This record gives sequence, structure tokens and C-alpha cells, in this order.
Amino acid sequence: MEIALAHYLAVGAMLFTIGVFGIFVNRKNIIVILMSIEMILLAVNINFVAFSRYLGNVEGQLMAIFVLTVAAAEAAVGLAILVTFFRNRGDIAVDDASVMKG
Amino acid sequence: MTDLSSALQLAAPEVTLAVGGLVLLMIGAFAGEKATRLVSGLSVLLLLVATALTVTGPLGLAFGGTYIADPLSVYGKALIFLSSAVAIILGDGWMHRNKIAKFEYPVLIVLASVGMGMMASSGDLISLYIGIEMHSLALYVLAAYRRDSLVASEAGLKYFVLGALSSGILLYGASLIYGFAGSMKFDEIAAFASNNPGPGLIFGMVFLIAGLAFKVSAAPFHMWTPDVYQGAPTPVVALFATAPKVAAMILIARVLIDGFNLAHFQWAQVIILISLISFAVGAFGGLMQKDIQRLLAYSSIINIGYALLGVAAGTELGVQAMLMFMTLYVIDQFGFFAVLLSLSRNGRPIRNISDLAGLKQDRPVTAIALTILSLSAVGIPPLSGFWGKFYVFGAAADAGYWMAGVAGLVASVVAAFYYLRLIKMMWFDAPATEVKTDKAPLEAQWIAWAAAAFAFPVVIVALAWLEPLTKAAAAGVGVG
Repeated sequence: MEIALAHYLAVGAMLFTIGVFGIFVNRKNIIVILMSIEMILLAVNINFVAFSRYLGNVEGQLMAIFVLTVAAAEAAVGLAILVTFFRNRGDIAVDDASVMKG
Repeated sequence: MTDLSSALQLAAPEVTLAVGGLVLLMIGAFAGEKATRLVSGLSVLLLLVATALTVTGPLGLAFGGTYIADPLSVYGKALIFLSSAVAIILGDGWMHRNKIAKFEYPVLIVLASVGMGMMASSGDLISLYIGIEMHSLALYVLAAYRRDSLVASEAGLKYFVLGALSSGILLYGASLIYGFAGSMKFDEIAAFASNNPGPGLIFGMVFLIAGLAFKVSAAPFHMWTPDVYQGAPTPVVALFATAPKVAAMILIARVLIDGFNLAHFQWAQVIILISLISFAVGAFGGLMQKDIQRLLAYSSIINIGYALLGVAAGTELGVQAMLMFMTLYVIDQFGFFAVLLSLSRNGRPIRNISDLAGLKQDRPVTAIALTILSLSAVGIPPLSGFWGKFYVFGAAADAGYWMAGVAGLVASVVAAFYYLRLIKMMWFDAPATEVKTDKAPLEAQWIAWAAAAFAFPVVIVALAWLEPLTKAAAAGVGVG
């Protein structure tokens, strides 16, 4: 069987969906949310690289590199905010992030 | 002149801000906390220089069309940079009063401005994404600026998680658009969308709109807004409510009108739906709020609904109305937040609406200012808020969306309730306990008074030059 564009897109869509569900369904740990965000970005990268190869256009791979860079920066900022939250709260369970309601 | 030097000349405002921001970071790192005031002053100066460079700079395309300097981006960037400067001025006094002065605050705002400038100038999906991330990453940190406060770090965390999710959704949409249109550039996407806006492209476009709607806090993607407005420090919220919204609105106008020119019918439905939901959520969500900043969050949701209505029209008139509305809205918002920053009673900042009780005795001028700003937000003629809505509804009716305009009018009637409650609290209610209003900080008080003065008498004069300015900025941006 030849692996075609549709297969890559299917993998991308699946990873993306798992990532989104990981954010909303997960009730335990904020680290898991950070992992889900990374997963979404990597799913998008699969899409970009697959399309780039299919179209014979290098822009998609360029975008993938940018996305990787931004993902690293985002993880750094996210973990820093998580650390300040942990210092104040002493816990990083998702249900604890609910001082404000309304 | 070589290609690169002309490109750098076009991008001079962002280059100046980026280099200047790094220099300021160095000054701060070496001089320490005591240099905060100096760094704040220099940041304001830097933003003013960037504004001057934007206004006087050449127009054209740079970096192979990924960077656009046109009248729309010039107008947007001038508004964005000036708003950031005001946020720095408001924040500097606030930091010193609360003994949490850190030089990172102005530097982060400068770095966020680079991203917002890129958003206003982006010509393809790569610069769109990089612009959005550059400003978001700085804003996540700013939201959690009071790192010893639980609410602030929770606000930062929520903003980060939902913001990162929205970036992911936006990016997934961008990947589909790229794949199905075969290009990242808005004009090439437009050429493809005209031939055949197939389901893949429409799907990607809807994802892209969802991601951008997160950034402007339009319902149903607004869930982060009330918490972040409540938890983040007041001057930071003043920034959130203004510059990033302008940048994202200009980006939405540019992507949809330039990139999906002939698919107007498809995207206009989505935008109209989002703006109708924003009207409902903003109007009814605000009714029961006690916290003023939370209330202002719902007010911003409803206002973004109006601005989106202008974009939905898709015409030059619609873009002009959106720019006009955002300009007047930004000034009004700064007024509100400056009033909040200028008031503190018994040594505590004002948080709840009931804290305003009996303000007319202690601070009559500020009470008048807040009354004018509230009436302007309701949209009473001839105050500034009325003119913003006037242009937007005019553009919407002109494009045949007069039903949505009527919904907007109904929403502003419902929202009038919570603005009028602020006024009633100040003028007719007595404070429950003995309160003493503290001495007001000068800069916040002057900004509040200036915004109120703009909202009523000055706006009549200002309209005479805002009208041609916004018209020139919107020229050439339209469907068809």
C-alpha cells in the first residue's frame, strides 16, 4: 500500500483531536495540558510538511520550523507561569485553578 | 537600493521596536530594579518614535509580500503603539505605588508591540502566526505579572492554556488553507478562493476565524476573558482591552477581505453569527457581575461584536466603520481603566461596583468623568460611543445586514442596565461604611479626565479629522 497525502492528513487530524480532547477532558494535571498543546502543534506540523511535499512548495516546511521554534518558546513561558501558580497554590491539579468563578 | 535595505526601511517600526526592546532589556538587566522609571520613560519614547516612523515611512511590500505597509497597517500601528505607550504610563505609576516595580513590564509591552505591529502588517500565514505568537507570549507573562498573587497567576495560567489552544486551532486552519490553496500568501489564496472555494478551504477558514475570535475575545470563544480581566493587574487589563484587540481586528479584516475576497458570502455568515452571540453573551453576562473589571470584560465582548459587524459588511465602508469604532472604543476603555487606577478608598483599590458608592462627594470630577464614559459606552448621542456604533450600523445596513444591526441595538439597550448601575452607584447610593478616598495618582487621573473630555466635547471636533483618516486607511480594502 502506498502512503498518500490522505494518510498523513488523517494522522494529523487524529493527533489534533486527541490534543484538543486532552485539554478539555483531562481533569487531573496541568502538565498534561501542556503536553496536549505540544501534540496539537505537532499535528499541525505533520499537515504542513505533508502538504509541502505534496505541493512541491517549500513554504510549508518553513512554517513547520517556525512552529517548532514557537512551540519551544511557548513551553518555556507556560512552564514559568505554571511554576508561579504552583508556588501560590501548592498544587497543579486542574480543578484547583478555580478561584475565580462566574 | 537593494531589496533588503528597502525591506528593512518598510519594516523600520518593528525593527526599531525589537532592537530598542532588547537594548532596554540590557539597561534593565545591568542597572537593576532602580532603573524601572528610566526604562518606562525610554519605552514610551521608543513607541512614539515607532509611531513617527510608521506614519512617515514608505508604503509597499517587503520580504516577498509577507510584510505589508499600506494605509490600513499604518493607521492600525499608530493606534496600537500609542495605546501601548498609554498602558506603560498607567502601569509605571501603578507599579511604584504598589512597590512591585520591575523593568520587565515596559519591556514586555514593547516586545508585545512588535508582534502587534506584525499582525497589522502581515501579508501571509507565516507572518500572521509569528505576529500573533510574539504578542501572545508577552501578554501571557504580563497577565501573571503579580507572581505572588494567586488570582494573577491563575489568570495567567488560564490565559496561557486557552491562548495556546486557540493558536493551535488557528494553525490547523492555516495548514488546511495552505494545503488546499497551495500558498501561504493572502493574495494567492484569494486567487484560488475565487476559482473554487472547496470544502477544505472553507473548513480551514472557519478554523482560522475561530482562532482569531479567541484573540479578540468574541463569544463563543470568550471564556478566558472574564477571568483574565478579573485576575490580571488593572494596567495590564487596560492593555489587553485595547492594543491587541485593534491588532487582531485589523488582522481579521485583512485575512478575510484580502484572502477570501470572493468567498465573502461564506465567511460573512460565520462572522455575523459570532457577532450575534457576542451581543447576547456580552449583554446578558454582564448583568449579574459585581466585580468592575469582570463587568468590563463583558462590555468588551459586546463591543467586539459591533466591530465584527463592520468587518462582516466586507466593504470599504465596513472597514472604515470598524477602524472608527475601535479608535473611539480604545479611548473610552483607557478612560474606564484610568478611573479604576485613580481611585482607591481606605487604601484599597476599587474592585466591586458597590465600592463606588457615594463617589460624588469625594471625587466629583472623577464621578463626572466616569458618568460621561459610561454614557458613551451605552451609546447616547452625541458622545463618542454613539458615533462608533453609528458608523458600524450604517455600514452593516448598507451591506444588507440591517437585522444584525437591530440585534446590536437591542444588546446595547440591555447593556445600558449595567452602565447605568455604575452611574446610580456613584450619584445616588451612600457608602455602607465610612470610607475615605485616597489621594489620586496624577497620571491616571489626567488620562481619565482626558478620555472623558474626548468622549464628550472633543469627539465632535475629532470626528472631522478621524473620518478622512479612517476613510484613507480603509481605501482599497473591500470585497469585490
